[in-house]
Amino acid sequence: MRGAGHAVCLGPDIDTDVIIAGRYLRTRDHSVWVSHVFEDLDAALAGQLNGAVIVAGKNFGCGSSREQAAIALREAGVSAVIAPSFARIFFRNAINVGLPVIECSLSCIEGETVRFDLADGWVAAGGSQYPVRPLSPRMREILTAGGLVNYWRGGR
Amino acid sequence: MSTLSERILGASAGEYVDRKVDRAYVHDGTGVLTLETWKQMGAERLSDLPEIYVCFDHIVPANNSTTATLQHELREFACGSFLHFSDIGGGICHQLMSEGIVLPGEVVVGADSHSCTPGAFGAFATGVGATDMAAIWLTGETWFRVPDSIGIHLSGSLKGGAEAKDLALSYVGRLTMDGGTYCALEFVGDGAKTLPMDDRLTLCNLSVETGAKTGMFYADDVTVNYLAAAGQKVRPQVPEPCTYSRELEFDLADIVPLVAVSPRVDKVKPVQDLAGLSLDQVFIGTCTNGRYSDLARLAKIVKGKKVAVRTIVVPASREVLAEAIRTGVLADLVGAGCTIGAPGCGPCLGAHMGVLGEGEVCLSTANRNFKNRMGVGGEIYLSSVATAAASALSGEITEPEVD
Repeated sequence: MRGAGHAVCLGPDIDTDVIIAGRYLRTRDHSVWVSHVFEDLDAALAGQLNGAVIVAGKNFGCGSSREQAAIALREAGVSAVIAPSFARIFFRNAINVGLPVIECSLSCIEGETVRFDLADGWVAAGGSQYPVRPLSPRMREILTAGGLVNYWRGGR
Repeated sequence: MSTLSERILGASAGEYVDRKVDRAYVHDGTGVLTLETWKQMGAERLSDLPEIYVCFDHIVPANNSTTATLQHELREFACGSFLHFSDIGGGICHQLMSEGIVLPGEVVVGADSHSCTPGAFGAFATGVGATDMAAIWLTGETWFRVPDSIGIHLSGSLKGGAEAKDLALSYVGRLTMDGGTYCALEFVGDGAKTLPMDDRLTLCNLSVETGAKTGMFYADDVTVNYLAAAGQKVRPQVPEPCTYSRELEFDLADIVPLVAVSPRVDKVKPVQDLAGLSLDQVFIGTCTNGRYSDLARLAKIVKGKKVAVRTIVVPASREVLAEAIRTGVLADLVGAGCTIGAPGCGPCLGAHMGVLGEGEVCLSTANRNFKNRMGVGGEIYLSSVATAAASALSGEITEPEVD
């Protein structure tokens, strides 16, 4: 629940259609989602996501419930997504697939190192530390387990 | 003194609860990932708690052999496990849930964002992703944060060329794309009672476009009579005084025909501001506006005339299609030059059956107009059925005539 990465800055209201388009959903090959992630927003983004922390505007992940959006970001190597607010289905999906999502208002400087610690509840960038909205105890447990599959596989 | 969400979930806004799910549904899109994830959880059996439904609606019939193979596996599983299964042609999951399945007071979860739609029956209905759904298959329950509720007070009745869809676009425009995040929308007031079930379903359907967890109507005589016709006996729900986190008021008589401008559903303008915008395609259908009353309204406007632009009509379910055949509505649509698709989601999600080309413009009765959603380089404008019908006849965005 602790990590760091280079900031990739995105605007508000990023919908799951632009994270991964409907035309790429019907496959079991997750690499398809990685190679087409954000294609309709900016095709160059896919190459910048490994080790990145996405710092986005409000309402990240709105629209379709497609979990492939959260999986695509995780498989592309995104360490966390930080935004002032998230669409609720995407927020649940991300935690369920083990992708940290952090509610925090942070001004983004492209490429700057962003560090986060979800256990202690902070995000740090540019020499300053910012508080984050804590996850519910259940969501923390799920994220700590690495996602909802592991959470249930743990013999509950 | 509780909101409807608090009453159904049995806790106060802000609390976290584990709740047994009464009905759980997936479609051919989310069902594949749900099945895969449920297997990864080490599941050997399905929970016998919820009624589980698998409805093929997103890419039906399959558009290529990859899709067909994935659908085949899910179909085999659904039938082999004795789940409720609706194959291609049955219709959109949300519509099937609304044809006498979902009942007032139930907790209903669908693996699709528009699973807020059957909240129109006074149920707590909401969408989740595939992994949450897999856990529901496994355990029969899920966790919720009991939402704050936004009261949408309706008065008067719709007039002129305005439809429930115009009211829906009005509230989405007021709340914007995240104004309802984590909340439930409750549609209340004397105006709410004037709306038939189909209109209520349209209104609840768009609630997720504001980020809301669900949209809800209290079950009243309209609900009771609608469900009675579908063979279900239910009682009305009596609203209690309660505290809303935010309140909006609409006089239905003030609602005018509107269009949501590409690529934002909250960029809402009067139709007359966009009049004359040239169209390449008109699409009437989806979980928003593909019901029988929508097709009948369309037929009333285009009957005996010819559409000036390619017009795709996709009934929301087999029941809707059958009714349209019985009453002659379908013949009127075909006669006017409309192209009829198999019941389901049609081109809404950009996978098949009416995808747009580069630079093309579509006026659609659906609920989303995100960039490239219906095809790379295509633009989507959203409207009511009456506006779509008038525009199909002229080939450009056109204000519907007053009845």
